[in-house]
Amino acid sequence: MKYLDEFRDPVLAKNILDEIHKTVTKPWVIMEICGGQTHSIIRNGIDQVLPKEIELVHGPGCPVCVTPLEIIDKALEIASRPNVIFTSFGDMLRVPGSNKDLFMVKSEGGDVRTVYSPLEAVQIARDNPEKEVVFFAVGFETTAPGNAMAIYAASKEGLTNFSELVSHVLVPPAMETLLSSPDNRVQGYLAAGHVCTVMGWDEYEPIAENFRVPIVPTGFEPLDVLEGILLVVKQLEAGLFNVENQYLRSVKREGNRQAQTIVNTVFEVTNRKWRGIGEIPASGLTVRKEFESYNAEKKFAVENITTEESDLCISGVVLRGLKKPHECPAFGKECTPTHPLGATMVSSEGACAAYYKYQRLE
Amino acid sequence: MKNIKTTNIQKRNNPLSVSCSVPIMDHDTVQLAHGAGGRLSADLIDKIFLPRFGNETLNKLEDQATLNLPPGKLAFSTDSFVVDPIFFPGGNIGELAIYGTVNDVAMSGATPLYISVAFILEEGLPMKDLHRIVVSMEIAAEKAGVQIVTGDTKVVNKGSCDKIFINTTGIGILPEDVYISASNLQPGDKIILSGTVADHGMAVMTSREGLSFQTRVKSDTAPLNGIVKNILEITKDIRAMRDPTRGGVATTLNEFAAASNVGIQLYDSNIPVNPDVEGACEILGIDPLYVANEGKMIVVVPAYIAGDVLKAVQKVEFGKDAVIIGEVTDSHPGMVVIKTPLGANRIVDMPIGEQLPRIC
Repeated sequence: MKYLDEFRDPVLAKNILDEIHKTVTKPWVIMEICGGQTHSIIRNGIDQVLPKEIELVHGPGCPVCVTPLEIIDKALEIASRPNVIFTSFGDMLRVPGSNKDLFMVKSEGGDVRTVYSPLEAVQIARDNPEKEVVFFAVGFETTAPGNAMAIYAASKEGLTNFSELVSHVLVPPAMETLLSSPDNRVQGYLAAGHVCTVMGWDEYEPIAENFRVPIVPTGFEPLDVLEGILLVVKQLEAGLFNVENQYLRSVKREGNRQAQTIVNTVFEVTNRKWRGIGEIPASGLTVRKEFESYNAEKKFAVENITTEESDLCISGVVLRGLKKPHECPAFGKECTPTHPLGATMVSSEGACAAYYKYQRLE
Repeated sequence: MKNIKTTNIQKRNNPLSVSCSVPIMDHDTVQLAHGAGGRLSADLIDKIFLPRFGNETLNKLEDQATLNLPPGKLAFSTDSFVVDPIFFPGGNIGELAIYGTVNDVAMSGATPLYISVAFILEEGLPMKDLHRIVVSMEIAAEKAGVQIVTGDTKVVNKGSCDKIFINTTGIGILPEDVYISASNLQPGDKIILSGTVADHGMAVMTSREGLSFQTRVKSDTAPLNGIVKNILEITKDIRAMRDPTRGGVATTLNEFAAASNVGIQLYDSNIPVNPDVEGACEILGIDPLYVANEGKMIVVVPAYIAGDVLKAVQKVEFGKDAVIIGEVTDSHPGMVVIKTPLGANRIVDMPIGEQLPRIC
């Protein structure tokens, strides 16, 4: 398939792999930020064919995984209300809250619908003026422009029955938190290609400089990931710490200015809890005061719901790259995709689910 | 995965199509009384069902069909169809209901002969939709070589079902000495897939309300008994056959591996997938190996006969893209493992439930 096959070509992949093997002389720990990259690595077996010196650790870039339990509980509370149509991307539906998930709310009679775009949720609001339509706005900088646009469009149109439950998170503050941690092992980053498509890579330069780590915005196909690893390894071996763009066909230095504008119009930066990591200052987006009537947390008065995470689950340690999923005592035993203890096992992008699905051969 | 462009199933140049206009009924939509056994029920049977399904057995309108069966073992299968939307690119719930059961019967090695059809209709269903479904069931039954010999219709209150549900039950006869089972696989056997994966599931998913992109993906719904007949003409030494419907190829192969306690090794680059289907899967973050098919089959045979069986499958229109996608192994029993284009191995596990489109 055009634009896919070229980036999956096994011969070209072998060439890059050979070059990685030639370049590497000592052990390096590299983190891929994005869950989509984790998926590609595991699905294609990239970690199996890399030189043993290179250790890949899977970063916090799975939006489903880092969404805190209490936001899920808020979603469940809103979705259970009789006059609400609760809309969400598919993979949030199976994420367990404290005692149920959105599928269970649906089976109890809640009107929970999968949508493929937040603008579909706006359309549902248009079509159902007697109902309150809520969209579960989860994700990184990648999904923020679309979610912001939905609120903007609804407000332009004067729709009063649409709102979003927003739990947006931002990548750079999380990277800084990980790098500042005393037990940090990460020496180089594959930055999330689609986040950088929106935001550009300016904001990574101070991080690379301050923490002396190479950062490479990287795509998602096997050749992208392999080339990203090669670029990081070359810098590490040469003692460099630059931001270097692998994902040239999608990422521009300045990013997508229009997308940034709509995000800044509707959302503002806020402190945000990350599941398994805790609160990170200025690491999330929330709805600006001007658009407050579109903020479901306020509209449905669920701001006071707070939930503590289960202490059995080590997803936080996994998300910080300190342990591999299979090093968790509950992995594959108490915790499976059917009975997940933490969100890293729920989402198909989650590191634990990816391990469970693809790597129980050993 | 290997991209293969499939020509979609040729619609029969149907002589009936000229007389396919909806019969004149007293009602444009299905009423509760159409299922109540009175005059309206009789009207529905006389005007919609009998003109399409009618045959010597059905026309007697007894409470049951009495049948004379040829010698051999009886294969017996039932399935219920609740697909939403009821009309999708490449097919509709009616032909799906015929082919689904025909295929389940055929996977035993049997020749499907007779089928029952039970409708549960939601009141308010447009009569023209019911008629369109019934016409396509007639064509499907003819194509598959089965007779509809008994049936039932119930009409339920608005909201008690979604437009139309159909149950079909089929019977067929197979030779006494054919024994095909998921538990028969042995190391060294070859796994043949009759064509591209994921066409049906993606056709249904991409045609569901709300999806804002359009594709040319069409369902592969088709009868497979012709392929089975061709295979049986050259050998009875067949280990297992199954049509990978819900849960896709991955689920069927996991069922085989578990039932036979063997490993299965697949080759990613051999698995055929229509480029449009692959594109839709990519956009939604869905693995084609887990997506439903309605006109594909997997047949596992000993290596010595695999080449001949492959040719026999390819001779049938619905099997022309057939390939060997892998083999049975004695390592990793109970597991399906796929060799990636990079030469690594990964597990192809049972899916947890319905595949969910990813956020990004």
